[in-house]
Amino acid sequence: MEKNKLKGWLYLLPAILFLGCFMVYPLIDVFVYSFEESYNFASQTYQGTGGFNFAYVLHDTYFLQAVKNTFLMVIITVPLSTGIALLISVGLSSIKPLRRLFQTVYFLPYVTNTLAVGLVFMILFKKTEYTDGLVNLLIHWFGGESVDFISGPYWAKMFVMCFYIIWVVMPFKILLLTSALLSVDQSYYNAAKVDGTSGARIFRKITLPMISPTIFYLVITGFIGAFKEYSDAVALFGTNLNAAGMNTIVGYVYDMLYGDSGGYPSYASAAAIILFVIVLTITCINLLISSKHTTYN
Amino acid sequence: MKVVLQNLTKKFPNRNKKAGGEVVAVNDFSFEIPDGKLVGLLGPSGCGKSTTLFMICGLQKPTSGKIFFGEDDVTDLPPENRGVGVVFQNYALYPHLTVRQNITFPLENLKGEDKLTKQEMQDKAYEAAKLVQIEELMDRKPNELSGGQQQRVAIARAMVKMPKVLLLDEPLSNLDARLRLQTREEIRRIQRETGITTVFVTHDQEEAMSISDVIVVMKDGEVQQIGKPQDVYDDPVNLFVAKFLGTPPVNLFDGEVKAGTLYIGDDAVLSVPGAADGAVDVGIRPEGFLLKEDGALCCALTGVEVMGRDISVVSTNPHAQSKAIRSIINAENKVDTDAKDVRFALKPNKVLLFQKETGERIYF
Repeated sequence: MEKNKLKGWLYLLPAILFLGCFMVYPLIDVFVYSFEESYNFASQTYQGTGGFNFAYVLHDTYFLQAVKNTFLMVIITVPLSTGIALLISVGLSSIKPLRRLFQTVYFLPYVTNTLAVGLVFMILFKKTEYTDGLVNLLIHWFGGESVDFISGPYWAKMFVMCFYIIWVVMPFKILLLTSALLSVDQSYYNAAKVDGTSGARIFRKITLPMISPTIFYLVITGFIGAFKEYSDAVALFGTNLNAAGMNTIVGYVYDMLYGDSGGYPSYASAAAIILFVIVLTITCINLLISSKHTTYN
Repeated sequence: MKVVLQNLTKKFPNRNKKAGGEVVAVNDFSFEIPDGKLVGLLGPSGCGKSTTLFMICGLQKPTSGKIFFGEDDVTDLPPENRGVGVVFQNYALYPHLTVRQNITFPLENLKGEDKLTKQEMQDKAYEAAKLVQIEELMDRKPNELSGGQQQRVAIARAMVKMPKVLLLDEPLSNLDARLRLQTREEIRRIQRETGITTVFVTHDQEEAMSISDVIVVMKDGEVQQIGKPQDVYDDPVNLFVAKFLGTPPVNLFDGEVKAGTLYIGDDAVLSVPGAADGAVDVGIRPEGFLLKEDGALCCALTGVEVMGRDISVVSTNPHAQSKAIRSIINAENKVDTDAKDVRFALKPNKVLLFQKETGERIYF
């Protein structure tokens, strides 16, 4: 027994070493920085300890804007993307002809480079000297007025941002949901049909509970992914996100470290810790809800 | 409620598109299932028995032919309007619902006049559960039940609406041997108690023979024979049916009829006055052999298996179509296990003759 234990630890050693060096140690470091006032990388000095960094960050208007933006993105994109993905997956699994073609088409965004997608969105939304963008053309068509989606009003920018995020995360969700739907045994549907169950009831009472583990997995990872939103914002609005008013929490952390106003590892750490607490809380709530409503076979 | 199948045919498009054409799953099936009987559809996998069951319950539409429940033509009715209860091979119990919720599920679909109050549903569910003796398990989830209990829940769910016809698809195939015996008694009991017309599908001939009032033997979508289990066993119409029924299986020999006498090799084994001359397939049931010192059929002895009540004598014969001939002999007979040869006399009613090409039975 003892010998086996030793062997076990030996097998775990490489992973523990790597994770310890590159994950656990930096995490603890960040935690420590967040309580050290004006920490300086170069001189490795700080001026005192306490909650000052948190107080500063929580009063910084840029940070508050970033929190607001991030929360909006999360609240809008997670339910919408999951819902639409579910709709498309149900559609995909109920059609026979051309299913493979549609599956491929819906999966394309997943393998497309973020910046290439950004370019596509520029063509769709950006105003230039020559054109107002494809979407504005459509708006004109229906008699509306041009909207500047990239540097115009806040709601327009948020709309493009959410549109973009949903579009990017959708393929993965569709992929998982279609396979989840296909894995539901046909005999459940047969049994329900024999009993004269209506389509809506079959979906609500059988299909949804059967694929609920996949849905909750997507919701939880969706929340985490959306809270970490940054690169998509850069692809749409450029690196100066504060100026565009579209910064995210991760963007704020990055700016505090390396941006024009950078060089403040203490503030960055504090902001990162705040994000960590938010994500942890939300994930715990998610897990609590899911354990009540999910059936695993 | 009697169920009448009239020239029922089901064709599927061929899966292999290049080959094209159609696969005939069920071909011109006509049969009247008498009211209140237990009927077993029996055949090897792919013979169309499940397709027939699905057509009776309405999950699949026949390509042609008609289905009547009593006097009503139900061919074009959806399953819920036919009044059938179905137990699926894997039971198809909803894993996220409790036993109670599973059983009430069909009742909750009722609309309009048939709509039941919560209390009525509970009462009916309890009644159905009591019938299959699972009333203590009502609040469990299916995965907390054993295979046999799940089977009972599935039957309760099928029975809760008091269907006119109960259909069971391979009801015992997911159970272990001991439970299988128990459950088939159980199905028989429930069927007797309720007097409901029941059709069940199986590939296990023992299962079908043991509980059915009538068995239907199918092969490649065609009905081979319909009859009481014992009659079909004793009097198969062709080689396929003879081979399919019975454990141990029937022993087959190459034989020849010459002037009213059946020869296996050079042994003149039986007088068959009615049969025409020519080569035949000879089937001899294991219980058709009698140990006799001057018996006509001579076989090389390879072993004796003692089973208590009977003994099973294993031997070989150059004209047998299988490697080993199995004969079941009363244990009172003593077999000299050291002997090289063993001689048998044959019981005439256990010897079956079939035409070489068609496999049709030759009566004598």
